Amino acid sequence: MSGHSTTRATRPLGQRLGRAWTQVWVHVLVWAFVLFAVFPVLQIVGISLRPGDQLYSTELSIIPDNATLDAYRIMFTEKPFMLWMRNSVIVAVGTAVIGVALASLGGFAISRYRFIGRGAALQGILMTQMFPATMLLLPLYLMMRKLHLVDTLGGVMVAYVATALPFCVWTMKGYYDTIPVDLNEAALIDGCSPFQAFVRVTLPLSAPALVITGLFSFMTGWSEFMVARVLLTSQELATLPLGLESLFTTYQTEWANYAAGSLLVSLPVVVLFLVLNRFLVSGLTLGSVKG
Amino acid sequence: MSLQRRETKLAFWFLLPVAVVLLGVVAYPFFFNVYISLTNWNMFHFRDPHLIGLRHYLRLFAESDFWMIFGKTFLWTAVNLVFHFTLGLGAALLLNRKLPGRSIYRALLILPWAVPQYISALTWRGMFNSEYGAVNLILAKLGWLGLGPLSWFGGEWSAFSAAVITNIWLGFPFIMVIALGGLQSIPQELYEAARIDGAGPVRRFFSITLPMLKPVLMPALILGTIWTFNNLNVIWLVTDQGLPADKSHILVTYVYKAAFFYYRYGYAAAFSVFIFLVLLLIVQGYNKAAKAGEAY
Repeated sequence: MSGHSTTRATRPLGQRLGRAWTQVWVHVLVWAFVLFAVFPVLQIVGISLRPGDQLYSTELSIIPDNATLDAYRIMFTEKPFMLWMRNSVIVAVGTAVIGVALASLGGFAISRYRFIGRGAALQGILMTQMFPATMLLLPLYLMMRKLHLVDTLGGVMVAYVATALPFCVWTMKGYYDTIPVDLNEAALIDGCSPFQAFVRVTLPLSAPALVITGLFSFMTGWSEFMVARVLLTSQELATLPLGLESLFTTYQTEWANYAAGSLLVSLPVVVLFLVLNRFLVSGLTLGSVKG
Repeated sequence: MSLQRRETKLAFWFLLPVAVVLLGVVAYPFFFNVYISLTNWNMFHFRDPHLIGLRHYLRLFAESDFWMIFGKTFLWTAVNLVFHFTLGLGAALLLNRKLPGRSIYRALLILPWAVPQYISALTWRGMFNSEYGAVNLILAKLGWLGLGPLSWFGGEWSAFSAAVITNIWLGFPFIMVIALGGLQSIPQELYEAARIDGAGPVRRFFSITLPMLKPVLMPALILGTIWTFNNLNVIWLVTDQGLPADKSHILVTYVYKAAFFYYRYGYAAAFSVFIFLVLLLIVQGYNKAAKAGEAY
């Protein structure tokens, strides 16, 4: 770090060599991490480029011989990939919008107001995570059937919002805790209603947390599989995970198509993550939870 | 109107939408599930389930596999968390240094988190394939390690290891990102002061970094425990529904199989109530420990 008063040139040689060694080790370690993180992704890339006769190749090279984009063409022309994409976009965006709206409101109440049952609310929200989600499925299915929500995108959306909410509320609450209360109070004194003060003052200051919450809800909707399989039965409503899994049950023949599809599915999320990268670090202040 | 009453009223309106969703989609099914756990609802009594009391709960503990699966779930959770936290924290410490190309490294290390979980799990399943999977091909290249081609899904523990490796890969970036955020909020003056006092890097880590990160890492630890304990996707998809022969299950995958493959609804419901109670105890334990530590 640069806080030292001595400059690089005046440091003793031993110290400089020590620093150089540290740098080497840092790079070795970072590259070990990168290799571990990236290798499986490169695997998907490689497999998606394989021609049909090389699906079970035992070569480790990333770009296969006779690399081809056939699998991608097949996904767009022979598979209802665009339909799956459309359904997933509707579900994921819907989940994100509803999730952010609800979590930003709920988190605000828990962060700002000292109300009866506040601790219970905070613990209760956390508790909803503890129940194995799959076992909520059966009762949920019966309930949704009564409400005529089975086999509708709205039905899965409601389930996803509930899945994502607890984390989102905690994240929003943690972030609000770091914003000085005075700003909100000032707006109240200026004659804003509590809701106006919230929308005009606190919300704009919470951008990083809103981004995280939105991203997290979007991801829930984009990649959930178990709930979708139970609640969505008709082919026209299949989301991407259901669609891709349908390739996988015939795993033996469609490995390349699956890989191509996976890449196409992961790409938007990865791009979102990279674009929102800097928000990730500042927005996840899970921690400033001071009870 | 007193301040607290006013605030309670406001909080009520702000929290109402969240409450409606959570009560409807989580709480109601939860209680319904408790009811199911007290009935003999299964394939044979699908239309006429009736209450049988606590019989399922008693049977749970009598089952021969139960304690094995129970122990395995704890092992699964512990091993994953240890690796998530050491790797995540390690990566965060590395990336918190002045490093050329730091933002690129950070982006690359987030990849496992960014790729949808089911895709990662299915891809790793392919990579653990004994004939053409990349893991065995690499092991073969590193012949000097003495690890021949392994039939990953042939053995109970190798299948378990495959799932653990997959989940470690999936989970460390989350901790890394959280720790990075925490690291950036630690004032540099603390390190300067410690350096002047002659504290070495190890001492600085344990006396400054770790305690300062505690408020950030503690909630991540609680959430991480719950998520890992309840992680259905990874074991289910990597071991292809519990290969070999239902031997690689943890509690949640075992329940899922009992419910949706063997249609033992009542039994599965009792099992999941039990899982819930175990998690409740763990989280209570964490909260106590954190309160004792005062930093939370």
